[in-house]
Amino acid sequence: MAAHLSYGRVNLNVLREAVRRELREFLDKCAGSKAIVWDEYLTGPFGLIAQYSLLKEHEVEKMFTLKGSRLPAADVKNIIFFVRPRLELMDIIAENVLSEDRRGPARDFHILFVPRRSLLCEQRLKDLGVLGSFIHREEYSLDLIPFDGDLLSMESEGAFKECYLEGDQTSLYHAAKGLMTLQALYGTIPQIFGKGECARQVANMMIRMKREFTGSQNSIFPVFDNLLLLDRNVDLLTPLATQLTYEGLIDEIYGIQNSYVKLPPEKFAPKKQGDSGKDLPTEAKKLQLNSAEELYAEIRDKNFNAVGSVLSKKAKIISAAFEERHNAKTVGEIKQFVSQLPHMQAARGSLANHTSIAELIKDITTSEDFFDKLTVEQEFMSGIDTDKVNNYIEDCIAQKHPLIKVLRLVCLQSVCNSGLKQKVLDYYKREILQTYGYEHILTLHNLEKAGLLKPQMGGRNNYPTIRKTLRLWMDDVNEQNPTDISYVYSGYAPLSVRLAQLLSRPGWRSIEEVLRILPGPHFEERQPLPTGLQKKRQPGENRVTLIFFLGGVTFAEIAALRFLSQLEDGGTEYVIATTKLINGASWIEALMEKPF
Amino acid sequence: MNRTKGDEEEYWNSSKFKAFTFDDEDDELSQLKESKRAVNSLRDFVDDDDDDDLERVSWSGEPVGSISWSIKETAGNSGSTHEGREQLKNRNSFSSYAQLPKPTSTYSLSSFFKGRTRPGSFQSLSDALSDAPAKSYAPELGRPKGEYRDYSNDWSPSDTVRRLRKGKVCSLERFRSLQDKLQLLEEAVSMHDGNVITAVLIFLKRTLSKEILFRELEVRQVALRHLIHFLKEIGDQKLLLDLFRFLDRTEELALSHYREHLNIQDPETRKEFLKTCIGLPFSAEDSAHIQDHYTLLERQIIIEANDRHLESAGQTEIFRKHPRKASILNMPLVTTLFYSCFYHYTEAEGTFSSPINLKKTFKIPDKQYVLTALAARAKLRAWHDVDALFTTKNWLGYTKKRAPIGFHRVVEILHKNSAPVQILQEYVNLVEDVDTKLNLATKFKCHEVVIDTCRDLKDRQQLLAYRSKVEKGSAEEEKIDAILCSSQIRWKN
Repeated sequence: MAAHLSYGRVNLNVLREAVRRELREFLDKCAGSKAIVWDEYLTGPFGLIAQYSLLKEHEVEKMFTLKGSRLPAADVKNIIFFVRPRLELMDIIAENVLSEDRRGPARDFHILFVPRRSLLCEQRLKDLGVLGSFIHREEYSLDLIPFDGDLLSMESEGAFKECYLEGDQTSLYHAAKGLMTLQALYGTIPQIFGKGECARQVANMMIRMKREFTGSQNSIFPVFDNLLLLDRNVDLLTPLATQLTYEGLIDEIYGIQNSYVKLPPEKFAPKKQGDSGKDLPTEAKKLQLNSAEELYAEIRDKNFNAVGSVLSKKAKIISAAFEERHNAKTVGEIKQFVSQLPHMQAARGSLANHTSIAELIKDITTSEDFFDKLTVEQEFMSGIDTDKVNNYIEDCIAQKHPLIKVLRLVCLQSVCNSGLKQKVLDYYKREILQTYGYEHILTLHNLEKAGLLKPQMGGRNNYPTIRKTLRLWMDDVNEQNPTDISYVYSGYAPLSVRLAQLLSRPGWRSIEEVLRILPGPHFEERQPLPTGLQKKRQPGENRVTLIFFLGGVTFAEIAALRFLSQLEDGGTEYVIATTKLINGASWIEALMEKPF
Repeated sequence: MNRTKGDEEEYWNSSKFKAFTFDDEDDELSQLKESKRAVNSLRDFVDDDDDDDLERVSWSGEPVGSISWSIKETAGNSGSTHEGREQLKNRNSFSSYAQLPKPTSTYSLSSFFKGRTRPGSFQSLSDALSDAPAKSYAPELGRPKGEYRDYSNDWSPSDTVRRLRKGKVCSLERFRSLQDKLQLLEEAVSMHDGNVITAVLIFLKRTLSKEILFRELEVRQVALRHLIHFLKEIGDQKLLLDLFRFLDRTEELALSHYREHLNIQDPETRKEFLKTCIGLPFSAEDSAHIQDHYTLLERQIIIEANDRHLESAGQTEIFRKHPRKASILNMPLVTTLFYSCFYHYTEAEGTFSSPINLKKTFKIPDKQYVLTALAARAKLRAWHDVDALFTTKNWLGYTKKRAPIGFHRVVEILHKNSAPVQILQEYVNLVEDVDTKLNLATKFKCHEVVIDTCRDLKDRQQLLAYRSKVEKGSAEEEKIDAILCSSQIRWKN
């Protein structure tokens, strides 16, 4: 079911099995038949670690979505609420429980908080008079969820806002706990590097937690050589730019949620002769995207401009394979051919899907507006005209393009200019407020607080120094056969990944000056290992670095890291962890102010 | 950045801005087409049933047996939805999943935190909750047994915090002195566990006077930030404002107060609330915006009442012909201006709903105003108004066409509102830059303009090329032929 998790250098199925086991243990604690009431947000992440079959084995007979008023009827002994620790959900649960009590047979209620129990929530339940109704109130520390063979995410939507806007460290605490879990499974990570305020905090928490759990020595041979903790606010630029890898563009355009994407159904309608035009599906086509699919694993991280040729090559190979049937003469040959059929059909289905997706994306990337937007982004990132009002942005506002698109561009300009001139900033602000509504003042303040949109301080623009030192802009990009990570943005090399690359070779000492310009401290910690566990690397053996993005990571950055992992002489393979998989739009949206 | 003209040209011609190349577009596209063709041809060959070896997936893509799928499925039995039934048809029976291999791993997450590494001896999460033997692995190792009991009354602040972290309920009421309470808080903060910090803050909030709580938190920034977040979350607006006032964080105070308007639905109440925001210590820029926000809503309320009345009376032509789609309340300024240009264009400046009045009151820049008015009048196909919008008279009485937004934008907006070719043509002709003009004319099929421009440019080749784009035997074709034959023109190519 999740074989793809074990393809990578580190077998993440071990983690998946561990969290599955804990889930079983909890379910068995509530003896008898069960119904689960789901906080809808959790079904996506849970889907990555368990299927209904697992729950059913443990007597889960019904499942509902958490909704107000009374629970649907279910003839079960236990009702279990699976919820995030959020106050508004507590109110709904209380409503459910209270309306339940008035009817017939008594049942056992339980709550499973994911990923943490919350005293605040329990207080709320107490205030609502239902706390006593619950037999088990427990937590399920689903901190890091394995998404792919080299990718883990906490899928914590609010993490960036909480850390950088509210100064609430709860999600950092969860990150640290997740890292402790990983170390319990994969051994102590001997070296920790970090850059940024939150990175520092997480490292401190880890060191502290380690001290507290000294009851035992971790005797597992370490799988990871290094941990690199990176604050998202060290690199605010990258998520703002439009991702140009295949997976990145799918995410930009359709949004990938828990490795699923919903696509317009028209292109996927089964074409059978005779009934064309009839019952066109109206429901979005949902596809799972991960490396379990051979073709997707091959093309996901390519620049979109390199995808077409791969697809057409695959098409030829598959056509040729099917043609083989004419050559099959003997029974043995036919048998041989037939035995390959299932695999060929799977490949054909996969090719059909990705050809359709590529067509959908092509329609957008070839549009005039996409090109104009990209041109502006690339101008900003290469340092051109970042200090005056941009015509294209002005036009976007005048034509009332989506606000998130406008904010993303304005923020990009601001970041590429170390803040905007006061006059330019005021101009944009006024245009935005007059066109989209004054209430967005609150959102603009949030963006300012996060450092995304701000006035330039002291009239100094540091971005050119950073750009040149870290070679963030590369003039000669090879999209088909890339030689540098900058291919993922067709010219711009993501700052965060460049930092990782430079850390592995030649080391951060070479870029001290730039590190000082970027926000937050940089540091290195060692976690001593007993001599028996110290690794002796074979010549030519790559190091494994776990890189943790605090505040989110984009698919393009992941692609860039995979590119580095695959380099012949790269010397380092990466496993990526994050608080949330993001793109510019979802990121900005999380910072927007909405009614309570 | 100092760029010379040369640089600029180099910049436009250099490859980097075409990095995301579309020049091989046809090639790319044909590649896609090719694979599409291949895929389609294969469909005919293999019978089109589901790929049996693949994971079964319902149409919406939920793998059969996945959690989100099963919610619909199992909930469906009690109030079955159409969707549920649909999916029922093509699902596998659950029995096929019943014999999943039992997991081989014996790891349990929670047990790791209790310091166990030997497989086989793991206990479950319950260890953390009951004071079972697993406790002996906990850091408190070596303390007298009694200390672990729930009814014990003399835990130190650090023990208490540790217990809270494990999710055990324990009473904080014993901590009576301020010093104890603060130590408790500091202990919680040093653990970084937001959950525990909040729990302690709830306790402090309940047992300390506001002044003391604020004073102590002022020197404890981490705890202070947690309190602010917590107050926002539970919506204790009053205490939050008091806190900002105490801390002298005036702008945050103002913004936080202003934020409340988002939750007020009734327009009158919302307006009155916004009034209370005016004069709060915003930055100078924001102050002006807040004032405008209030004024705008005030206006909208008046306009809305008036127009609703007019519309229902059915006497006014514009409302009869173009019924309003939505109320104007709470719409942004530019939308309001559009609305007023649409329904109240000719009104005298003195009325609240006249566009000129809005322009003056909110100091709407010319550009913005013209754009909006143009869009509104073009939508109504009021070409006279459009014409007037760009006509200026000089003191001698000569008229001249001017557009603060550039005529290329005018053309685009007109085209979007499907203006007739004659109108479009007129404005395309006013575009100054010849290349832009030619592009627009070609794009919007203003044949006359294209032909005339080619003639003026003496560009025979382009004219020849264009000939193939006009209809055979049309007046345009004749005109092109006439020009091509003309001996008056000295073609440049």
